[in-house]
Amino acid sequence: MTTTPDQAATTPTRSDSTRRLVVVNAGTSNPSSSRLLADRIAGKTADQLSAHGVHPAVDVIDLGPLAGEIAHAIVSGYPQGDLLDAVQLLVNADGVIVTTPVYKAGISGLLKAFIDILDNDLLIATPVILAATAGSARHALVIDDQLRPLFAFMRSLAAPTSVFAAPEDWSDPALTRRIGRAATELAAMINSSLRTSIAGQGWDRYQHNWGGSARPDTTTPGMDFNTDLMKLAAGGTTALATS
Amino acid sequence: MTYGSSQPAAGQADHSPRKGKQVQFGIFSVSDITQDPITGNTPSEAERIDAMVQIAVKAEEVGLDVFAIGEHHNPPFFSSSPPAFLSHVAALTKRIILSTAVTLITTNDPVRIAEEYAMAQHLAKGRLDLTLGRGNTVPVYPWFGQDIRQGLPLALDNYNLLHRLWREDVVDWEGKFRTPLQGFTSTPRPLDDVPPFVWHGSIRTPEIAEQAAFYGNGFFANNILAPTGHFLPLVNFYRERFAHYGHGTEEQAIVGLGGQAFIARRSQDAFKTFRPYFDKAPVYDHSISLEQYADRTPLSVGSPQQIIDKTMEFREMFGDYQRQLWVMDHSGLPLKMVLQQLDLLGEEVVPVLRKEMAALRSPNAAEAPTHQGLVRAKYGDGQPRQPQPNANRGDNVTGTSPYQDTDPAIAATYPTIR
Repeated sequence: MTTTPDQAATTPTRSDSTRRLVVVNAGTSNPSSSRLLADRIAGKTADQLSAHGVHPAVDVIDLGPLAGEIAHAIVSGYPQGDLLDAVQLLVNADGVIVTTPVYKAGISGLLKAFIDILDNDLLIATPVILAATAGSARHALVIDDQLRPLFAFMRSLAAPTSVFAAPEDWSDPALTRRIGRAATELAAMINSSLRTSIAGQGWDRYQHNWGGSARPDTTTPGMDFNTDLMKLAAGGTTALATS
Repeated sequence: MTYGSSQPAAGQADHSPRKGKQVQFGIFSVSDITQDPITGNTPSEAERIDAMVQIAVKAEEVGLDVFAIGEHHNPPFFSSSPPAFLSHVAALTKRIILSTAVTLITTNDPVRIAEEYAMAQHLAKGRLDLTLGRGNTVPVYPWFGQDIRQGLPLALDNYNLLHRLWREDVVDWEGKFRTPLQGFTSTPRPLDDVPPFVWHGSIRTPEIAEQAAFYGNGFFANNILAPTGHFLPLVNFYRERFAHYGHGTEEQAIVGLGGQAFIARRSQDAFKTFRPYFDKAPVYDHSISLEQYADRTPLSVGSPQQIIDKTMEFREMFGDYQRQLWVMDHSGLPLKMVLQQLDLLGEEVVPVLRKEMAALRSPNAAEAPTHQGLVRAKYGDGQPRQPQPNANRGDNVTGTSPYQDTDPAIAATYPTIR
């Protein structure tokens, strides 16, 4: 598999100066404080990108309306309907902002279920800001305890600064400063094209499922025919393995 | 082996007996023995086996082209021995092609597959082919001395051997998963020295499609229990590789599709009658309704016209293909209802599909594989080879050359015990 992100069939044509930010918001109330936090982070990141002469485009995936499809996908194993559009937004994302409310001392189950239905390789080297809202500051470690390992598994690039907001933080200028710090980190990772450098050139060194969403290498040019199994499929032998 | 070297001329329907069908329509069964949720009756193994024989015979009566049965080695399924079952059906039928869905290429010894299916092919006078699959029931592998984690290399290696056993009189072979062979001849040789046609079945594995393409064999996508279109990338990959290996164009690749149908004259009756079976069967995604499931997956429920329309959509999506099979007898549906279903399928659905698919069919698409077609491709108008063994030399083997017409240059070296 030798395609680079720029050659990948799924990458839409766009002007080189556009970078796509995608918000994944697991807050479901309206208004949702998680969404509010996400919007502030996205706005700040967009400002940072604009300041560098890059045009930011922001898409929001609110998980609430997708809850049914997410549940169906968990049961059937196949994302369908509007969920496919959400997955496609992530395929094309240059940076992701994830926000979740804290329920029962943990991240929203809806967010976990959504991440569970994504291909393992979908977010490799994608820069991500991890953020959460909670009813009490005592939940402050949920991000580091649960979101960081989750996105480590996805091999995403989590920004060093995560953003946690308890009720008292909303009136504290320190929250704004943390948002600014995280936005600076995300914009820097996007502007340095880390994702292209890592997942573009190193794509073959990660494990992939055939026909996945990230790079649907379903045709001959994208396939690696030099594997032991492919050689066996083309009339090869396992005899040497025994001697 | 390249199949499809003799296609009908462009725009010309050829109904001479020498020509095969463009598309073969039929049914496949997984042989589940399931409680009928309406009556509460669970058939005995004896009842279900007898019912399956009736279903197979009925399939021929209503004009279907193929009957296929699966292989399982655990309850609640009965079909542990497809060649035995199919040989019996062969004796009761005249015309229908008998096949499998699937034959386990992983846990069976490929030598036994070669022997048993060649035997069944003789008894069926060539009306036999088979579909190879890996099997996904974890404990079956260790029961047969194998490991499911090695399932894919096992499948590939086993078929490589099977392919040779049916084409070479004398085989020396060594591999990772089976004891080596020295001077082995698989008997009987295939009918007319033409092996049964092989379909490779897979739902997600490009290596299996690659193997089908490498050998110019057929590729079968079961086309059930996943969203419509899920199998398309794999079928397209197989078509590309079929062409890559020089067996013909992508259009000439040999594609089979599964499916599942429940038919009633009126659409609402089909949904009403099928619903309790859908609701109870463990294989479906029960987080959505039957209507949604039928909308999203290849499951076809409705009037004959609705089944026709949905199947024509398969053709539109996958291109011209060679075989369409439906599951019609699962999840506890009683025999009487299955036989009625087959009447509707054979009388009101398939004849229309034959006509409509023929009208749209590319003149370059391969005809569906048959023994007659394979014999014609190999021998033209010549006589097929009929191997006659050399004499028993006294130790129950024929010595260095098994058949009277075996190339003497190929000398068998028998294993010896010291």
